[in-house]
Amino acid sequence: MTKADIIESVYERVGGYSKKEAADIVEAVFDTLKATLEAGEKIKLSGFGNFVVRDKKARVGRNPQTGEEITISARRVLTFKPSQVLKHALNS
Amino acid sequence: MTKSDLIEVVAGKLQIPKGKAEQIVNCIFDSMEESLRRGQRIEIRGFGSFEIRRYKAYEGRNPRTGDPVGVQPKKLPFFKVGKELKERVNAALQHNQSAQRNSGDGLTRPAPSGTSTSPRSKRPRTEASSSSVGSSS
Repeated sequence: MTKADIIESVYERVGGYSKKEAADIVEAVFDTLKATLEAGEKIKLSGFGNFVVRDKKARVGRNPQTGEEITISARRVLTFKPSQVLKHALNS
Repeated sequence: MTKSDLIEVVAGKLQIPKGKAEQIVNCIFDSMEESLRRGQRIEIRGFGSFEIRRYKAYEGRNPRTGDPVGVQPKKLPFFKVGKELKERVNAALQHNQSAQRNSGDGLTRPAPSGTSTSPRSKRPRTEASSSSVGSSS
């Protein structure tokens, strides 16, 4: 499934919008999600899951090819934690 | 940001009724769930991809009592963040650090460049929120 399929399903199931409008709306939803996460704020979508931004400390890693030690810098990463409802839906 | 915040922001941005925005947001996540349920991966460019990972049965332990428990094979959704979003999320950190860290949690700053995030609050939990998604079947 790609964004085009999501747009298609919004177009079909939610009446009143052209395909172009449906596309703009879906785009706006993902833009909002991205901007929110970029700002470091988490997103909680009940029934689906949570997107959480986490700060990782710098740590020492190793180049797996050469075995050489390197410092992995501090970074901010995004994780997704699926909701119980979604997990359940996938396993029933 | 909760789903109802998201609905409000989208409704405000596009000047559409909140009820419509709610239907649309629900529709998006419902169809994503359906896709995953069919075992089909989802790829949203600039955002990330979701796929189903299958896990074998294993013997786990009750962390409180230490008793062994059998864990059935299961499927879990796995999200892989897309390149663009990964970089944007991390860039915000590098920025904050060089500019000036701290100030509270330092995390809830709005995104730069007019992409307003939520005007949170006001109504932390609207009736619009979440009653329906992902429940049935």
